[in-house]
Amino acid sequence: MSEENANKANLEVSDKVMIELKDVHKWYGEFHVLKNIDLTVRKGERIVICGPSGSGKSTLIRCLNRLEEHQRGQIIIDGTELTDDVKHIDAIRSEVGMVFQHFNLFPHLTVLENCCLAPIWVRKMPRREAEDAAMEYLEKVKIPEQAKKYPGQLSGGQQQRVAIARSLCMNPNIMLFDEPTSALDPEMIKEVLDTMISLAETGMTMICVTHEMGFAKTVANRVIFMDGGEIIEQNEPDEFFNNPQSDRTKLFLSQILQN
Amino acid sequence: MSKFVPQPDLPAPITNVGVIGWLRNNLFPSPLDTAMTLAALYFLYLYVPPLFDWAIFSADWFGDSRDACTSGGACWVFVSVRFKQFMVGLYPDAEVWRVSTAAVLFVALMIPMFIKGFKHKAWLGAFILFGFPFIAFILFSGGSFGLELVETNMWGGLFLTLVLSFVGIVAALPLGILLALGRRSSMPIVKSVCVVFIEFWRGVPLITVLFMSSVMLPLFLPEGMNFDKLLRAMIGIVLFQSAYMAEVVRSGLQAIPKGQYEAAKALGLSYWQSMGLIILPQALKLVIPGIVNTFIALFKDTTLVLIIGLFDLLSMIQSASQDAKWLGFEIEGYVFAALIFWVFCFGMSRYSMSLERKLETSHARN
Repeated sequence: MSEENANKANLEVSDKVMIELKDVHKWYGEFHVLKNIDLTVRKGERIVICGPSGSGKSTLIRCLNRLEEHQRGQIIIDGTELTDDVKHIDAIRSEVGMVFQHFNLFPHLTVLENCCLAPIWVRKMPRREAEDAAMEYLEKVKIPEQAKKYPGQLSGGQQQRVAIARSLCMNPNIMLFDEPTSALDPEMIKEVLDTMISLAETGMTMICVTHEMGFAKTVANRVIFMDGGEIIEQNEPDEFFNNPQSDRTKLFLSQILQN
Repeated sequence: MSKFVPQPDLPAPITNVGVIGWLRNNLFPSPLDTAMTLAALYFLYLYVPPLFDWAIFSADWFGDSRDACTSGGACWVFVSVRFKQFMVGLYPDAEVWRVSTAAVLFVALMIPMFIKGFKHKAWLGAFILFGFPFIAFILFSGGSFGLELVETNMWGGLFLTLVLSFVGIVAALPLGILLALGRRSSMPIVKSVCVVFIEFWRGVPLITVLFMSSVMLPLFLPEGMNFDKLLRAMIGIVLFQSAYMAEVVRSGLQAIPKGQYEAAKALGLSYWQSMGLIILPQALKLVIPGIVNTFIALFKDTTLVLIIGLFDLLSMIQSASQDAKWLGFEIEGYVFAALIFWVFCFGMSRYSMSLERKLETSHARN
């Protein structure tokens, strides 16, 4: 425990606001999936969003790089507001990395090509430079030896680490994780979580939708609980787990911590 | 605790592997299969030897008129005497070298495409698709570079069949891809234009299209404006086949998981980048069998140009067999046509299979 606290203490959160959501609402047809979301994320924060399925947590982070559109309110990413303007959307997407539940690697490209693609085509980086950078990130996620393989030849955990490296190659300011370990076999969860922990130690601003409460306790500086499309409660992890305020949170915690 | 020692692998039973295993598994696995195998062998015995006898052993191969055909087998003299017409139609004898040159050039360009490890396949492929047609066109029709003009109504035979098919294939695929993308577009006008286009061309028979292009279209064009009949037929074929191609490509686009689109977007790739780099390479790979199917259909459909007075391979053979000097030798002509068509179609089919194997990168899809 003391070691964890020491780790966290090193992770400075600056005052700079990276993400700001004001009164965000979203509907899927008639279904009101996000209600009155207000959220401010500062540079270097590590936020874990949890909640029962269908509570809107994935939808919320998918709104942050406009994989989903919000219908009311404002989302401001690093000073740029998300609107219909395609230029703004592309600019924001290239600054915001995203890791998916099902990895979504490109199966027709090698691991290295997966990583180099966006730097070459979006950042217009020379191929050599992009490859060198990609190899560096693959080393950081500890799979440089797989660079020439195709995603289909890797295990789930390795694929997810490639996906993380692929996002990092764009040098993002913010990383979004949408249930990154939910599709993994139990023995592979740890290798992905370790990668995420070491990423957090570099001071990356991270928002993770996850059910890994151990990860939340170790890494997060704030835990957000959502249900029915609303943010019910948010707090520092110690407070959140030991002293939940709302009954809904208590019920949720009792259910997941039983297992 | 005892250490885990795996049991040694035993050899498979003799009846499972090798020649005996293969025979047992494939030809005689059950009484019904045994009966069918024997019946098939009997039919082969009944029909294959006479066929070979007719086509090869008692066939007449040499000569220059029907008098050479006396043995009762196939009279290939008919084919060899008319060979030039079957290949290039009425193309002037003195100019046939131009067609041969283009053919040799095409084959020479294609060979490196099949060589493993050849570095510049992309450039060469682009040249075959976009550069070669111009060279071929200049060679074929002449009228420049000191080449004598050869009107397209002199073009014919296998040469015409291949020109129509090549143009059809090269133009229908990209047009089909654009139509498929358009049909899946979220822009309502683009989408409806593509839907209407595709449904219109799929709804009319090719014969009608060709007939319209050759007979009706000139009536609508202003006086004096009359462009080449072959060109009109080509445009008709391309538009017709691109509608089919569009649906084949669309089926591939729909098979790509949504996550691929999202991952491409999340990395900041633009629409055309994600289509060109991520979605289409995977979608087209998935539908290679469907694409080649359409190509093969297109290749065989070109024979329909007969009805608008263009003389492709089949119509050349048909008119040759109506020649009074050669009455009664249609069968040889049609067998020859069938053989040529089969060789090309089978070639395309094998090429598509090898392409599928070469592009196979995923052991599991995600």
